[in-house]
Amino acid sequence: MIDIENVSKWYGDFQVLKDCTSQVTQKEVVVVCGPSGSGKSTLIKCVNGLEPVQQGRIVVDGADITAKGTDLTALRARIGMVFQHFELYPHMTVRENLCLAQEKVLKRSRDEAVSRAELFLDRVGLSEHIDKHPGQLSGGQQQRVAIARSLVMDPIVMLFDEPTSALDPEMINEVLDVMVELAKEGMTMMVVTHEMGFAKKVADRVIFMDEGAIVEDRSTEDFFGNPESDRAKDFLSKILNH
Amino acid sequence: MNYNWNWSVLVTEPYLDWLISGFYWTISVALVAWIFAFSIGCLVGIGRTLPNKFIAGACTCYVELFRNVPLLVQMFLWYFAMPEALPEEWGRWVKRDMPNPEFVTAVIALSLYTASRVAEQVRAGIEAVPKGLAAAAKAHGHGVAQTYRYILLPISLRMVVPPMTSEFLTVFKNSSLALTIGLLELTAQSQQIAEYTFRGFEAFTAATVIYVLIALVATVAM
Amino acid sequence: MTDFDFGVIWTSLPFLWEGLQLSLWLTFLAVIGGIVLGTLLTLARLSGILPLALIAAGYVNLIRSVPLILVIFWFYFLVPLVLGRPVGSFYSALIAFVLFEAAYYSEIMRAGIQSVAKGQKFAGQSTGLGYWQIQRHIILPQAFRNMIPILVTQGIILFQDTSLVFVVSLRDFMTTSSIVARTEGRLVEMYVFAALVYFVICFTGSVLVKRMRDRMAT
Repeated sequence: MIDIENVSKWYGDFQVLKDCTSQVTQKEVVVVCGPSGSGKSTLIKCVNGLEPVQQGRIVVDGADITAKGTDLTALRARIGMVFQHFELYPHMTVRENLCLAQEKVLKRSRDEAVSRAELFLDRVGLSEHIDKHPGQLSGGQQQRVAIARSLVMDPIVMLFDEPTSALDPEMINEVLDVMVELAKEGMTMMVVTHEMGFAKKVADRVIFMDEGAIVEDRSTEDFFGNPESDRAKDFLSKILNH
Repeated sequence: MNYNWNWSVLVTEPYLDWLISGFYWTISVALVAWIFAFSIGCLVGIGRTLPNKFIAGACTCYVELFRNVPLLVQMFLWYFAMPEALPEEWGRWVKRDMPNPEFVTAVIALSLYTASRVAEQVRAGIEAVPKGLAAAAKAHGHGVAQTYRYILLPISLRMVVPPMTSEFLTVFKNSSLALTIGLLELTAQSQQIAEYTFRGFEAFTAATVIYVLIALVATVAM
Repeated sequence: MTDFDFGVIWTSLPFLWEGLQLSLWLTFLAVIGGIVLGTLLTLARLSGILPLALIAAGYVNLIRSVPLILVIFWFYFLVPLVLGRPVGSFYSALIAFVLFEAAYYSEIMRAGIQSVAKGQKFAGQSTGLGYWQIQRHIILPQAFRNMIPILVTQGIILFQDTSLVFVVSLRDFMTTSSIVARTEGRLVEMYVFAALVYFVICFTGSVLVKRMRDRMAT
């Protein structure tokens, strides 16, 4: 579904991604973790072309994101993305947030868009908030709306960029629950997160990154049971021991 | 539109001298006014953020007063009304004996007006510093003066540089208002050349180019 | 100190009121014209069409480095020359103000557009919206909301700036005040009164802006 082949990226002289290669197959859930500044957020932004890469290739569902002439907007419409800071449109109601791309990109009718918005809002448990503005919702609620906003587009894969790191602790689980639910339904997911409990519960594989490179890329049991690299061991001991 | 170009008028005497003299007065008024405006503006801007209600209130009044009256009206008040409102002897001295009255008045008016704008930028810079930092400084036992000296001012300084550059350029532009009280600065000289020679294009282009150069130099220098 | 005589203001009120009306009318027209032209300039600068963007940026930077008085002189001289007939100082001044203020409005709009967080653009892109759709539905509505107070503030500055038509003797409030001051020999009273009138109008305006800001912040 997602093929990342020898991807490198620079900001000026600074190399943020170093020859990264991995893939995500259909219905697979892959968690990307690593210390801050390791390039994991950059990598996931490259997967739907929000950040350009200078070397290598990223192919999603047969379409080369990195090639010139690829219709990025059409491809992105099928790749859902959830951001660290939600990025709901503050000047629109929840309903409008969920309908905008359905109507403007997928050309759905207003009625159809609204009924799908209601359906997915119900799934994330926020039906009664459809007429509110994002500012009136808690962080956890906003992130669930953001997930619903991606889901209404019927994505073939969902990308999550640290979806819980801007949330207060008591709100993390309500978002993770929605994501676990999604994984169980067979959604293909690539998730950048520090939530190792989530990784253990639903991830098929874990990618560990450090200093722009993919250091480990292994099944979840192997990664947690027997990490190979010292850096991964070090990272896990810091993140799990409290 | 037909127009006979004649750029040589700009290098003909006395017009070249007029331009040079106009340039000189524009630079003089602007630089002197900027020094005062910057000093007063920083004090007033800091004053507005102080915990002392009386000082903060007085500084707010200053800013509102000088910001909400057109500079031209202020210029006229200082030049025409001020000598009348002073005690008689002082007024007579200002009118008769004060050296360079147009220059002095222009500098006063421009400084006090620009100071109110500088003050607003300084205040905005200080208020943009996260509240937690001032609280932290207080918690560590720093007094008001130390908090400003070591925390608020150094942080806000960086934020204030770009708007200050634009205020600095504004002083040069606003110095042109001095022509209304008879100071023959750059704009006045170009207008005068246009009137004497009927060469509006050339005269105004010369002034425009000089102002653009001033802006370029100032922007690069800051 | 000479004894104040405010009676002179009372008898000149109709004359001054005409001047004030001209100031307000000029402000109103220049704000509308400035915003329209400023929006066009901003769109040109953000269009991605390089020559267009460069010309617009060059224009904005040129205008922003010269004094308004010089621009007024320019157009007082230029407009009759271009049109081939005299148009009167009001229209010359109006054209000068529109062309001058458009540069400032354009800067305000550009800053407003840049004030919208980059993540919002990413969010739009990630759902497959195109460039103009993102501008139209996501960026511009937020940018415009953010910049309304600054646009109004610029309007207040513009109102103060209209006093500069004094240099071409157009009879706005400043010029009429000055005429009364000179003919009646009452400089102190008239200029204090003029300052007071400008202050009341501009201060009221800035209080409204502050209210607007406070309401938007909540």
